[in-house]
Amino acid sequence: MRQVRALGRCVLRSWLALAAWTSGACVVLAVLLLPLGLGLAILPGTAAWLRSLTDRARRWAAPVAEPEPLNPDRTASRRSQAGAIIGAESFWRDLLWANLEPGIGGLLVAVPQCLVAYGLFGTLVQPLIWRRVDDGNWYAFIPVTSTPAMLTAAALGLAFIAAGLWATAPVLRLHARWTRLLLAAPRSTALTRRVEHLTGTRADAIDAQAAELGRIERDLHDGAQARLIALGMTLDHATRLLDTDLDTARALLLDVRETSSRALADLRDLVHGIHPPVLADRGLTDALRSLALDSFLDVDVTAEPIGRLPAPVESAAYFAVSEALANATKHSGARTVAIAVTHDGHRLHITVTDDGRGGATIDGGTGLSGVVRRLGTFDGTLALHSPPGGPTTVTMEIPCASSSPKTSSS
Amino acid sequence: MRVVLAEDLFLLRDGLVRTLREHGCEVTPVDNGPALHRALIGDPPDIAVVDVRLPPTFTDEGLQAALAARRAHPGLPVLVLSQYVDQLYAQELLGGGEGAIGYLLKDRVTDTAQFIDAVRRVAAGATVMDPHVIAKLLARGDARGTIGALTPRERDVLELMAEGRSNAAIAATLHVSESAVAKHTAGIFTKLGIGVSDDDNRRVLAVLAYLRR
Repeated sequence: MRQVRALGRCVLRSWLALAAWTSGACVVLAVLLLPLGLGLAILPGTAAWLRSLTDRARRWAAPVAEPEPLNPDRTASRRSQAGAIIGAESFWRDLLWANLEPGIGGLLVAVPQCLVAYGLFGTLVQPLIWRRVDDGNWYAFIPVTSTPAMLTAAALGLAFIAAGLWATAPVLRLHARWTRLLLAAPRSTALTRRVEHLTGTRADAIDAQAAELGRIERDLHDGAQARLIALGMTLDHATRLLDTDLDTARALLLDVRETSSRALADLRDLVHGIHPPVLADRGLTDALRSLALDSFLDVDVTAEPIGRLPAPVESAAYFAVSEALANATKHSGARTVAIAVTHDGHRLHITVTDDGRGGATIDGGTGLSGVVRRLGTFDGTLALHSPPGGPTTVTMEIPCASSSPKTSSS
Repeated sequence: MRVVLAEDLFLLRDGLVRTLREHGCEVTPVDNGPALHRALIGDPPDIAVVDVRLPPTFTDEGLQAALAARRAHPGLPVLVLSQYVDQLYAQELLGGGEGAIGYLLKDRVTDTAQFIDAVRRVAAGATVMDPHVIAKLLARGDARGTIGALTPRERDVLELMAEGRSNAAIAATLHVSESAVAKHTAGIFTKLGIGVSDDDNRRVLAVLAYLRR
């Protein structure tokens, strides 16, 4: 069945090669007509058509590094649009593909199709016609003039079909390599894009860190620090009263104990907000279980034993889930939430699904845009699927290695 | 009473050793996980007072050692002290259902009388939970509407009961008579549908299990 599907893919690639040939011819025509001015009118359209075909070829041969969009400014004058297209390295790459693909790629994917077609002819058609056709009825190297010869031909046909089906997988692999060779954006394009991405995420990370430090400074200033000052003042007052008014002094000292315990509580909350202790102790899975126990909803955590991940990843993942859970609690009207954690050796994968009313958006003041930026620092992604009426699923992926064999204890 | 005390910060260990000795305990101080493990497995004391975080890993070494010791000696009294309390750890400590468990914030040692009281109660087989743990459980119960039927006074009683206080202690804290407390507890158990138990420890566990639902 898998091979039959692969054969279907070969057929689709043949059609694509045909379309490529047609489209390539139109583009060549457009380029040749440029001096007459007519080319200016048809070049953007035909080039976009060709690009849609190469995009499809790239999708089929994925992963292939994608080039820049061909003609980003559709409102510019025709002359400048055509100039942008002619000046784009990727346009000439597309054109080269359109000219070579019908010959080389098309021939390649034709091999299994021909084998299967000829095999079908041998097994299904020969038994019906060999009696009616006289001399010269050959199937491959067999003169089909008798029943045994016909049966041999049918068997040979089956062998051809099998060979054709078997050939689909290697042919498709080869075809994908050929497509990548022709259509992958050059390394410089990929690197340029990577640099842009890294510059953006680095700025995000620096901003986030500065905001975090500011928050910690404010919390310390308004919380523990202020309480410690009050504590010092009360102690001073109590000391002065020790000789004269023992009862008031005792009351003040009890007050001091109360204040010190509140200062401790402030510090505890602050530490929890920076890096939850259970995350440091036990790693992501148990930290999420702890989060689930604190939640007002019914939260179910299922996790593979993922071991310990790099600390920044654990932290980012924890706060991302925490944010998703907070959204489910505040906005969705959900009753139950399921958190699933898996790691495939290269990527941490987390889904948070609630049974609420849905309709959530990343930009809708949910705090998820901050999470997207934070995950971006790790090349991580966040996808939100929240149709009206629910359910809402937040999917997060962070590339990272699982660093230690220490499994989560339960 | 023989106490094994596991605490790595010198100042705190010193203070706790002094406090416990002043109250007639025979204290064996240890300052790391492996030493605690040896002290608990070989010749179990009357109670272990354990900090969650201990060297060498500074993660939950102390908690793990305490849990392992309780697996080896079920019902070994353990009082866990920590800079923070976590519902997951509370659940793990209560998991066995044997009682003789305490889980308190380190801040609580500043009130010596209460701390020593907690040590004695845990050593005697009671369950003692930090008010912070219980407050969080009650907030959760409020949000989920599982304890909405209780009167404010019953809620106060439930809170103290969940912390592991006896009726006498609850009566003293709330400045009411013991019979009034008994009436309130009966009301709570009826409204929440928990089976009544005269055994204080089983009562705490039932209440905690209810709040955790």
